[in-house]
Amino acid sequence: MQIEFNVLCFELALTFYFLATIAGFIELFKSKKTSSKIALYLSLSGFVFHTINIIIRYFEGGHIPVTNMHEATSFFSWCILILFFFHEFKYKLGLLSSFIMPIVFVLMFSAAIFPREIKVLSPVLQSYWFGIHVIFAFLGDAAFAMACGIGIMYLIQERYVKSKNLSKLFMKLPSLQTLDDINYHLITLGFPLLTLAMITGVIWANSAWGSYWRWDPKEVWSLITWLIYALVLHLRLTVGWRGKKAAILSIVGFAIVIFAFFGVTLILKGQHTFM
Amino acid sequence: MNFLVVGLNHKTAPVEVREKVAFAGPKLEEAIAILNNSSTVKENIVLSTCNRVEIYAGVQDLESGEEGIKEFISKFHDVPRDLLDKSLYIHKGSEAIRHMYRVASSLDSMIVGEPQILGQLKDAYDAALKNKSTGVFLNKLMRKSVSVAKRIRTETKIAESAVSISFAAVELAKKIFDDLPSKSFMLLGAGEMAELAARHLINNGVSDVYITNRTQSRAEELAKEFKGKVVLFHNFIDELHYSDIVICSTGAPDYILTKDQLHKTMKDRKQKPMFIIDISVPRNIDPDINDLDNVYLYDVDNLQGVIDTNIQERAKEAEKAEQIVESEIGSFLKWLDSLAATPTIVALRNMAEEIRKSELEKTYTKLGPQEEKTIKAIEHLTNSIVNKLIHPPTAVLKSDDEDKEQMLDIVQKLFNLDLERDNNDKT
Repeated sequence: MQIEFNVLCFELALTFYFLATIAGFIELFKSKKTSSKIALYLSLSGFVFHTINIIIRYFEGGHIPVTNMHEATSFFSWCILILFFFHEFKYKLGLLSSFIMPIVFVLMFSAAIFPREIKVLSPVLQSYWFGIHVIFAFLGDAAFAMACGIGIMYLIQERYVKSKNLSKLFMKLPSLQTLDDINYHLITLGFPLLTLAMITGVIWANSAWGSYWRWDPKEVWSLITWLIYALVLHLRLTVGWRGKKAAILSIVGFAIVIFAFFGVTLILKGQHTFM
Repeated sequence: MNFLVVGLNHKTAPVEVREKVAFAGPKLEEAIAILNNSSTVKENIVLSTCNRVEIYAGVQDLESGEEGIKEFISKFHDVPRDLLDKSLYIHKGSEAIRHMYRVASSLDSMIVGEPQILGQLKDAYDAALKNKSTGVFLNKLMRKSVSVAKRIRTETKIAESAVSISFAAVELAKKIFDDLPSKSFMLLGAGEMAELAARHLINNGVSDVYITNRTQSRAEELAKEFKGKVVLFHNFIDELHYSDIVICSTGAPDYILTKDQLHKTMKDRKQKPMFIIDISVPRNIDPDINDLDNVYLYDVDNLQGVIDTNIQERAKEAEKAEQIVESEIGSFLKWLDSLAATPTIVALRNMAEEIRKSELEKTYTKLGPQEEKTIKAIEHLTNSIVNKLIHPPTAVLKSDDEDKEQMLDIVQKLFNLDLERDNNDKT
């Protein structure tokens, strides 16, 4: 019975995210000057069910539910939503939901496809490092996802300003500087989180398997991600790669995050494949 | 009471005529006072702006009201009637209501959607209130006009986008930078349009201002006015990297800023975005610099392009606004109708009550003293008879039937109602 309720919550969350994505798209094309809050309210509703789902899974599994692809992807989108709501309420950026909710929905949809049974965490992995490592890693990736969404917004707005073609969408999107600033601040949030995730991961790997670094595909791709974002920050601070270049890099960076997330597990197989 | 607008505007009268009939300064109160004493005009509001002069009036009779107002304008300003008749437009009844709504919502303005007119209309109304020249009728219409204008502002995008060079420049700046007051700005040269745009930026909070001009003294003059700092013209490029916004309008015959020069400037400012507006003709800034990353260059034609799209956008929104005006006219007419029916209903009710009371008195004198119970019963009986009798005609008068005017007439004749007397009793 409890399992069924838990599944129901997941499906409801997925449905609400789908509706929020649709509402976000409508928002892009309609000519009203004030952006409505429908997409935000729909995503908040979905988030409530999503949170219940994650809490139930937490208590059933006894640890943060990220031990199979279904759980990990669902938890990933949950982390993105936390950052999304934070930014939505703090900065009130017009149309943010139109660019973030599609990412959330696609992740949730892939979560829905993966098998859902709760796996027991093998004793070798049971350690408090697990929780810390996982939270850093997922929040870091979520910050990169947000940076990617904001980067897309930047590129669209930049095109309008450069080409002098000021559409309705131009009026509704935030200013270039706002988008660039938030993109930068998300990467300065994501990068230290990723760094901490790698440090805790290395310590945990040593306690679990007795070696710090084993060139596991996940580890390699995490390192590549880390290098990419280190480069983004470095170029910005030294030669002023801001604006358009920073936006493109944050989209490329997130593409690598996504490959590291899905590709490594599904194609390359490594210690992080829990199936 | 009926509603009348007599006036002229930029479409019907050239400025030579408009300035002749304007009610400027003390003339306004004088005009209101004369209209207050007029026998034909019951209520009035006098609106006088540089683009229009209009008298909104509540009159008993449209013909004599129109004539009275025309005569008044002609005499007051000493303008021949035939000149006036050529320029004046007259709107009556629902046409007049439509006109006031359209004026208030800036649908009748030279630049559709510019909001100043609503403020001017409110000022005209304040003057009318001060001189007690309005009554129920114009008060209600005025309030309604303001709310229609506000509804149109919120429900359409009629006033949303910039339609002048300086507004367009600020609008764009706000889409490039998030916080104008923290930005610095350089004015290159001192063309009139550039000055206007500069002033508008400063009004929007930009306070770190640099000014440079080939003629040093002119730069100093402007620096004083804008509370800015003067930069020497021959080395303005060295100072350029401090500026986030540049407005350029020198009389130079060719480019004073090239792509290579700006490329270096951008390096110096670590690629922080720069918004450059070149209002000069011929252009003073190499158009190729728009290809540089984080540089946004707009010339006069680009800004005009922005304005043109905005004006088209406004025209589209104006259609929506006209629909709102139409629906609002309907609701005002309904209110007017109910206003017309109320005196008749009151008169009918008063008449019935009077008959009942006088007949009761007669009966009581005939019957002599009675028990309280009996008196109550008789009161109740007569009340119900009266109410039941006048209920059907009252219901018809309150309804929205098309032939209501006719009904009002019939009821007044059938019951021989004297409306004037009843109304006077009431007030």
